[in-house]
Amino acid sequence: MDIKKDKKIILEIKNLSLNYHTLKSETAAIKNMNLDIYDKEFLSIVGPSGCGKSTFLSLVAGLISASGGKINLKNFSFSEIGYMFQRDCLFPWKRIKENALLGLEIKRILNKKSESAALDLLKKYDLKKFENYYPNQLSGGMRQKVALIRTLAINPRILLLDEPFSALDYQTRIDISEQIRNIIKNEKKTAVLVTHDISEAICLSDRVAIFSKRPSKIKKIFNIDFGGEAGTFHEKRRHAKFNEYFDKIWSELKNEDSRKTR
Amino acid sequence: MKIRERLDKKTFSDEHIKYLNNQKRHFFKVKFFQIGIIILFFVLWEFFARFKLIDPFITSSPFRIWNMLISLNHSGELWMNIYYTTFETIVGFLLGTLMGVILAALIWFSDFVYKVIEPYLVVLNALPKVALGPIIIVWLGSGMSAIVVMTLLVSVIISVINILVGFKSVSEEKVLLMKSFGASKLQILLKLIIPANISVILSTLKINVGMSLIGVITGEFLVSSQGIGYLIVYGGQVFKLDLVMAGILILLVVASIMYLCVSNIEKLYLKRKR
Repeated sequence: MDIKKDKKIILEIKNLSLNYHTLKSETAAIKNMNLDIYDKEFLSIVGPSGCGKSTFLSLVAGLISASGGKINLKNFSFSEIGYMFQRDCLFPWKRIKENALLGLEIKRILNKKSESAALDLLKKYDLKKFENYYPNQLSGGMRQKVALIRTLAINPRILLLDEPFSALDYQTRIDISEQIRNIIKNEKKTAVLVTHDISEAICLSDRVAIFSKRPSKIKKIFNIDFGGEAGTFHEKRRHAKFNEYFDKIWSELKNEDSRKTR
Repeated sequence: MKIRERLDKKTFSDEHIKYLNNQKRHFFKVKFFQIGIIILFFVLWEFFARFKLIDPFITSSPFRIWNMLISLNHSGELWMNIYYTTFETIVGFLLGTLMGVILAALIWFSDFVYKVIEPYLVVLNALPKVALGPIIIVWLGSGMSAIVVMTLLVSVIISVINILVGFKSVSEEKVLLMKSFGASKLQILLKLIIPANISVILSTLKINVGMSLIGVITGEFLVSSQGIGYLIVYGGQVFKLDLVMAGILILLVVASIMYLCVSNIEKLYLKRKR
């Protein structure tokens, strides 16, 4: 199945460049990057550490401005981009319910309708009974789920996930990443995930993009397709194709590691 | 007493009961020595003074202090002076903390302002504020306003520095989260920075009880004709050491009560937040 053929592009990145400036030097973090993101796809980005993956997300979110190139959003604005971080960033003085409504409150679009939509999300994903709890009464995995719902509550067109599972312990990590993928698919959202974890990328994504070393550009994109033979992450991990994808991505990254940066 | 109930019901193992008893014994031992030391101090003081091993004219004695307190109470000076000092201190630490929060917020708002103002904060913090006493007397006279200004001088700068450190230590990720929702700087301040720093503000309030007392007593030493500081300084001038010692004792009690009040408010808040 070729994703490119039957999906429409919702975000287009053209010749994107970004330079870091410090008093001592100028570093090219991203150079002439081109990438299309398709509607409702789950795209993961893996790459050597320090290759500017997080910077890339900040650029796409419009939090920092590029040195060159363009990011074209198709029929939506930067305010319709949701961001999820490594840590859940829940506010400890707010109850779960209030945390979930934070985005709406800040955007001043909190009304009966948007509030009940957000509370419905809590209910739908088994967090209803915790809505009056404080964040420190919840486990790390549940907190990250609340963080997702806080992001979904503003009804974003695209979700940017900056290693949102890396602060969780291994078992929770597998469980929560699967739950979060299912929620995102269920809500028909587009997602861009940055991760270090190759197996996570394979299990979660429709496509995996490999970033090169600094100055980074897209080195290769893999379409991940289990042909409907594997549904859960556990099934995917046991599938023959999993190892195949893993080896391909691994060797791409390995190549990248051994390449000298100039 | 939940532990007592459970002890009665014998739901604890023998080993655990032994542990609890040990803890209890330790607790009482600490309390015994804490109280014992102060009693021993006063008894020895009185003893040495009675038997003229020290000169009670310059060291006073617990008994003479007690008599002094009674006569101050009769003349009404005791409560009037406590009232002045307490009032000035409370105004001082509330106003000092409030101004600290407001100034810290203004400085937080602009990195430029922060960079410009930082050396001024450092230098002003290093300056002993007592040195400004004469200026305050000349400008504001010898009333209560002069004393309150003195307390603010002592407490505001250190409050600003403390609170600003708190403001700046809010996690960058949370600020980014707010920005990703399109939050304005004012929203970030009101919805994130200040709520995240309530405990810092409360602990600044606690520090400021001490700071304000320094300011008030210094102020009363310099200008006033009322307050506990005045009692102490007057006692020194007329060589009535009983009065000086009584003043110090009153101050000790007043300071402890104020500190305990604020510290309990802080505890209550932390407990509510758990």
